[in-house]
Amino acid sequence: MSQRAIVTESRFARGLLIGSALAFLGFFLLLPLVAVFSEALKQGVGTFWDAVKEPDALASIRLTLLIAAISVPLNVVFGIAASWAITKYSFRGKSLLITLIDLPFSVSPVVSGLIFVLLFGAHGWLGPWLSAHDVKIIFAVPGIILATVFITFPFVARELIPLMMEQGKDDEEAAVSLGANGWQTFWHVTLPNIRWGLLYGVLLCNARAMGEFGAVSVVSGHIRGLTNTMPLHVEILYNEYDFVGAFAVASLLAVLALVTLVAKSVLEWRFDYHHGGAGH
Amino acid sequence: MINRRILLASVTLGLLVGLGACSKSDKSSGDATSIELTNVSYDPTRELYKAINDAFARKWKADTGQNVTFKMSHGGSGKQSRAIIDGLEADVATLGLAYDIDAIAEKGKLLPATWQASLPENSAPYTSTIVFLVRKGNPKAIKDWGDLVKPGIGVITPNPKTSGGARWNFLAAWAYGRKAGGSEAAAEQFVTKLFANVPVLDSGARGSTTTFAERGIGDVLITWENEAFLAEQELGKGKFEIVVPSISILAEPSVAVVTENAKKHGTEKVADAYLRFLYTPEAQTIIARNFYRPRDPQVAAQFKDKFPSLNLVTIDNDFGGWKKAQTYYFDDGGVFDRVTTKK
Repeated sequence: MSQRAIVTESRFARGLLIGSALAFLGFFLLLPLVAVFSEALKQGVGTFWDAVKEPDALASIRLTLLIAAISVPLNVVFGIAASWAITKYSFRGKSLLITLIDLPFSVSPVVSGLIFVLLFGAHGWLGPWLSAHDVKIIFAVPGIILATVFITFPFVARELIPLMMEQGKDDEEAAVSLGANGWQTFWHVTLPNIRWGLLYGVLLCNARAMGEFGAVSVVSGHIRGLTNTMPLHVEILYNEYDFVGAFAVASLLAVLALVTLVAKSVLEWRFDYHHGGAGH
Repeated sequence: MINRRILLASVTLGLLVGLGACSKSDKSSGDATSIELTNVSYDPTRELYKAINDAFARKWKADTGQNVTFKMSHGGSGKQSRAIIDGLEADVATLGLAYDIDAIAEKGKLLPATWQASLPENSAPYTSTIVFLVRKGNPKAIKDWGDLVKPGIGVITPNPKTSGGARWNFLAAWAYGRKAGGSEAAAEQFVTKLFANVPVLDSGARGSTTTFAERGIGDVLITWENEAFLAEQELGKGKFEIVVPSISILAEPSVAVVTENAKKHGTEKVADAYLRFLYTPEAQTIIARNFYRPRDPQVAAQFKDKFPSLNLVTIDNDFGGWKKAQTYYFDDGGVFDRVTTKK
């Protein structure tokens, strides 16, 4: 058989493949997005803004951003540290560590939430000590942050481990043999090598941190204006028959997701520009 | 190495405590000018307490000069009770049934076991009952409990494990089965057939309403009378009809000050005043307007066209009180488990 025959399908097959891929995308990605925005704007922009400006909605937006702003940097540090340790050194218990990193992926978010209730709840292991010292974790912002950090922990590490494994430690060894100290090696050698993987991990981590429902729902207590994140607030509004409000907040969540995607594209473009297209 | 590990451990611990300290008593425990009250309530009371809170805030401001603000939390009654036991710091609990507050007293030790005696009318300032909501024109001709067990009827009711309303639903169905069949065994048979017709068990009453009204699942919703009226009002008049069965149960949603939490926040006085306010004619009128049956006889007379009178059994006379009913019907291994596994 000639090579041409292998790579070139019939016109009909090509059309069918492309068409079905586009139809699939349109149906499962574009249509829901359009639906969210059209429901939100159903009764005009005025009602939309009123729903967004409502104090409880604003509080939920602030809380969601705060949680992402705390948990994403924490997981960047944890993620880099974990993947650095796993790929650059060998030590006992390494495979156990890799398994542990996957734990948040493998347990249901509800169970993750309940773990924290068991640990920090009034009748949990640490509950009596915490209440004696007037420290509130569960049903308060710290509990929501802990649950979010737990849920989003694997994203950065899981992106970095295969990448750093593949890159090996040759570059770092060369840097060290030329007299670089640990920090210099990390900053000038390792970080530039992993920046795309890291960026992608941060993006996934951020998206999940802002969108997490299950675990956060268990530890939140659902107090309006205090411990409701945006996803929880959407559920509450929907349950109150306030469909415009629910979809208005939902569309804001969608906008936040789109903003992260755009930010990623802009960053990619800038880096490519300055580094002569070194990225991948 | 060991030093580093200690360092790491202490940094982690410090971080946790730091996070905790952020929210450490940032709740204004009431200075002279403002005070905050957390009301942890069950599902269908959202609209009711929105109106009550406004009225009480006005009255409290006039009486004391102090601004009171409310933090509300809503969910399935059993779930909310669990959350308070686990440390959700409610000043007042306004739940779907007395047992859920008993649980807070018993397992959480957050209020005295005799809480029910501290307010009039068994600490239930309003009552309701269980009715059916059907689709416009009642296409399946549902008139009474007996019609719910016919083949092909989809019945929507929440899960009695998590929802207070669902437990009232279950017991109302039981009361019908017992009356119609003349025995406990007949009642169990009836309820088993009923639950075989239930396609979805949501965790709270509001979830069930959404399932029935918004997602269009099922032919009949068993629900609180107030929830049925509200669904009719909010989701378009004429889309649904309320069917009042021949027999139902007197549902008494209970309220209580969670004394240990109130003491901690310094809100005992305002919390007590808030719950007592519910018994005033002003609040009773708001209650009736939000489709709950008022206790006040004068207000009740004023709204008597709205609430049809029907044959009502009570939890104390017909089921030996909540503690007994809870253990017998709803705890693990109880009648409900038997009924739902027997399909």
